[in-house]
Order: sequence, then C-alpha cells, then structure tokens
Amino acid sequence: MNNQPKIIIKNLDLNIGKLHILKNINLDIPRNKITVILGPSGCGKTTLLKSLNRLTDLYEDIDVNGNIYINNDDILSAKREITDLRKNMGLLSQRPYPLPMNIYDNIAYGLRISGRKKKKYLNKRVEHYLKQANLWEEVKDRLREPASSLSIGQQQRLCLARGLAVDPEIILADEPTSALDPLSSQVIEEKFMELKQHYTIIMVTHILRQAKRMADYVVFMYLGEIIEQAPVKEFFENPKMEKTKLYIGGSFN
Amino acid sequence: MKNFKIIEENIFRGLMLISSAIIAFALLLIIYSIFSKGLSSLTWEMISQTPKGGFYFGKEGGILNAIIGSLYLSIGATFLAFIIGLPVALYINVHLYKNKKIVNIIRFLLDLLWGVPSIVYGAFGFTIMIYFGIKTSLMAGIIVVTLLIIPIMIRGIDEVLKTVPIGLMEASFSLGSTKSETAYKVFLKQCIPGVITAVLLSLGRGIGDAASVLFTTGYTDNIPTSLSQPAATLPLSIFFQLSSPIPEVQNRAYASAIVLTIIILIISILSRIFARKYQKNKINF
Repeated sequence: MNNQPKIIIKNLDLNIGKLHILKNINLDIPRNKITVILGPSGCGKTTLLKSLNRLTDLYEDIDVNGNIYINNDDILSAKREITDLRKNMGLLSQRPYPLPMNIYDNIAYGLRISGRKKKKYLNKRVEHYLKQANLWEEVKDRLREPASSLSIGQQQRLCLARGLAVDPEIILADEPTSALDPLSSQVIEEKFMELKQHYTIIMVTHILRQAKRMADYVVFMYLGEIIEQAPVKEFFENPKMEKTKLYIGGSFN
Repeated sequence: MKNFKIIEENIFRGLMLISSAIIAFALLLIIYSIFSKGLSSLTWEMISQTPKGGFYFGKEGGILNAIIGSLYLSIGATFLAFIIGLPVALYINVHLYKNKKIVNIIRFLLDLLWGVPSIVYGAFGFTIMIYFGIKTSLMAGIIVVTLLIIPIMIRGIDEVLKTVPIGLMEASFSLGSTKSETAYKVFLKQCIPGVITAVLLSLGRGIGDAASVLFTTGYTDNIPTSLSQPAATLPLSIFFQLSSPIPEVQNRAYASAIVLTIIILIISILSRIFARKYQKNKINF
C-alpha cells in the first residue's frame, strides 16, 4: 500500500479582499483515511475544503498563495485544467443540491458529460452507484421521477451516488449531515466508513462526537490557522495545545 | 401601545386594499369599455378577411392582415430576441459569476435600454433604414422590435437565473461540468418556467407596441408573403380606425382591441400551462 500522503498543502495563504481567511496552512492528508477538519464556525474550514477542488475560484477578489499537491501535481497553478481536477473529487455539501432533473439523470449526468452515453452502460452504472449509496431499494421503481420528490436524506444519498459515479479518488464533505435527520446521518456516516477503503475522505464538521466516531486524522482550525493536527486517538486523549483542550472541553464554540 | 399597533396595522391594511381595488377597477374599466364598444362589431368577417375597398369607410372587410402581421412580427422578433438573449443571460450568471462589478454595469445598461421609449427605437430603425436605403418591411420591423424586447428578454431570464443558489453551481462543477455545460444543462433546466415567462412577457410587449413599427414595418391591406414586404399590425390598425370620424369604423377599432386583448390573454394562459409542465424538475431550495 502506498503510504505517501494523498494531498500535500504547503504554505497556503488565502485572502478575500482584505480578509485573511487561511493563514499559512501546512497539512498532509493521508491516503484512504478519513481526515476531519474540526473547528468553530467561520474558522476557514469550508474555504480550505473548497480550495482543494478550486471552487474558491468562484469568489470575488480572491488571492491564493502557496501550493496544494494532489498526486504530486500542483493544482493551484493557473494553467491547470480544472474540470478534470474537480471530477476527481466528489463533493457533498451542507445541504443536498440535486440537479434539476430526474433521479436517473442525476447519476447519469456526470457520465454523459464525460462522453459515456451508451444506454446499457448507463443503466448498469446508475444501479451500481445507487446501491453504493444505499438508495437503490427506495428508488428503483421511480427512477424517472424528479429528484426534488425525494426527502432531504435521500437527496443527500443521491448526491453521494452522483459524486461516486464520476469515479473520483477523493471525497470532500462539508458538514454532510448537518441538514439531515439522525437516521439519514447514520447512513451517510456508515457509508463513509466503508468508502474510506477506496477513497481519501476529507470531512468538515463542528460536531465533536462525529469527529471522534469517524476520523482517522483530525485537524483543528481556529481563525484561519491550524492549531493542532494529529491522529484521532492522540488528538482527543492527549491534546497538546491550550485552545484544543478548551475546544474539546466545550468551552468555546 | 398595543392599541396603537392595531390601529397602525389597520391603516396599512386599508391602504393596501385601496390600491388593489384601484388597480382591479382600472383593469375592469378598460375591459368593459373595449367590450361595450367593440363587441357588436366583432364578427367572423372581421377576423377572417383582409380589408376590402372602402373598409376604412365602414364597408366590408376585416383585420386579418393586421392579425397575421402582428403575429409574424412578434413571433419573429421574440424568436430572435430569445436566441440572442438567452446566451447573454446565462453568460452573465454563470461565466461572469465572479465579476459582480461588470455584471452590475451590464444590468444597469440593460435597464436603461428597457426604459427607452419605443418611439426612439422606431426613429433609430428609421434612420438606419434611410441610410441603407431599405424600405419599410416586415424584416425591418422584426429587427427593431427585437432590439426593443432584447433588454426585457435578458433581464427577465436574468432575474430567474439569479435565484439559482451557488451550491447548485458548485455541485455541477464538482461533477466535472464546464461553465457552458453548467449553464445550459443545469441552470437552464432549473429555470425553464421562469424562462418561459420571460419569453411570453417579451412577446406580449412586442405584439402590443405601435410606435416602433410605425416607421419600420409600414402598413398594408395585404397579408405579407415575404420578409421584404411591409406588414400591418394590430396596434396601428386600431390607431388608424380610431382616427376615423365614422362611428362604425371607430367601433371596429374597439373590436380590434378585443382581438389584441384575447391574443395576449391566450399567450398568458399558454405560458402558465407550459411553466407548470416544466415545473416538476425544478429543485426548491
């Protein structure tokens, strides 16, 4: 097994206008593990996550310095083709954003735009990925119904299936369970634990218990800086920094 | 204190009620006056024939030339405005998402154009036509009406596209879509009901405008058979008939107004039906 980190972030600084959002981030994200980015609201965790697939390009007045290497390829270089880069990372956001089309097309969309249009192939893939996301049994008789007819929890699983269908190596998840009911949250969490064998997962959360349950590696951020990073056991049982101790103790949010 | 709040609430509710009533009353009055004056003149002959000799003196004939002319003109112009306006609206919402300053300038300019009176478009078109030696024709009218309704088309579509949350754009991008795929395959699908509304709003504006076609499309008693021929339009037909001193002809003007109103009513109903049909795939955020 390859023990090289999947993603290496070096001296990453990110400004939006005059706001210094990320300050000198240095981070190695391990391959085929769940890395949890933990921290209070507004600490820059979502921005860090989005800079990995360059969704930060959508911000106005943005200035990024430093390097992010994925498979030894500097993704911040201006000439980098970004559609392939983004396809390599499935994204689950705080609330599901299904595409405005039916359930089947939501999964097939990503395959179609990358040129795979054969009906037989698509049927097989759609079924496969819906099964992967534990959604197949619930929707197999109504694949042609609009995705908007699903519940929020089902929509989030649909988004997971849709992301997996374009065959990424990395899954980015931004508080993927925050809008979901407990049952749907549990399904997503369990799915992540399975998926980490084949994918490198990076998840943002502010829920301590979720981090404890799921993480292999924890990164704690506060006001745009990484305060502490460590394997999960060490992080929770033996935190080194004062701020980490306070946060784990629930003293600030 | 509590009493004051209740009084305040009642005053504002009263004001809103009065304004709603004024609008409803004005609309009903317009409809009543054109129907009461025009309904007796509205015959099958009127909508199935072109003007015969002496039509404008109260003799036989109808306004089929103007009905067909108006439909040709407004459908042609709406089609052109749509194929030009849709890419612009998508472009400023998807490709230029990040450049808010430029987009705001574009929106400001379009709003200015929206506010320009249609007679100015007509005069502008006329100047160009004289320069190139073009005669009044259906084609010239279609081009000028296209210019007139393009700002409405773009801003109408733009207003709907603006409501698409950034999360949907991010979702589309992270599946490997390019900006154009995101625009045409995701944003457009999400906004089809609103786009249909914008198209029919433009069509309604195009079919009802008289000033822009006055110099450019001209007027004729014949149904045009090519784009280079002049064409009659309903608003001008109403204008010419209403200017007549003969009461019968004036009543026909009101009958023509009924025809125009009914066409616009049909357009509105169709837009509702189509919009509802495509509503189902829209995601409600």
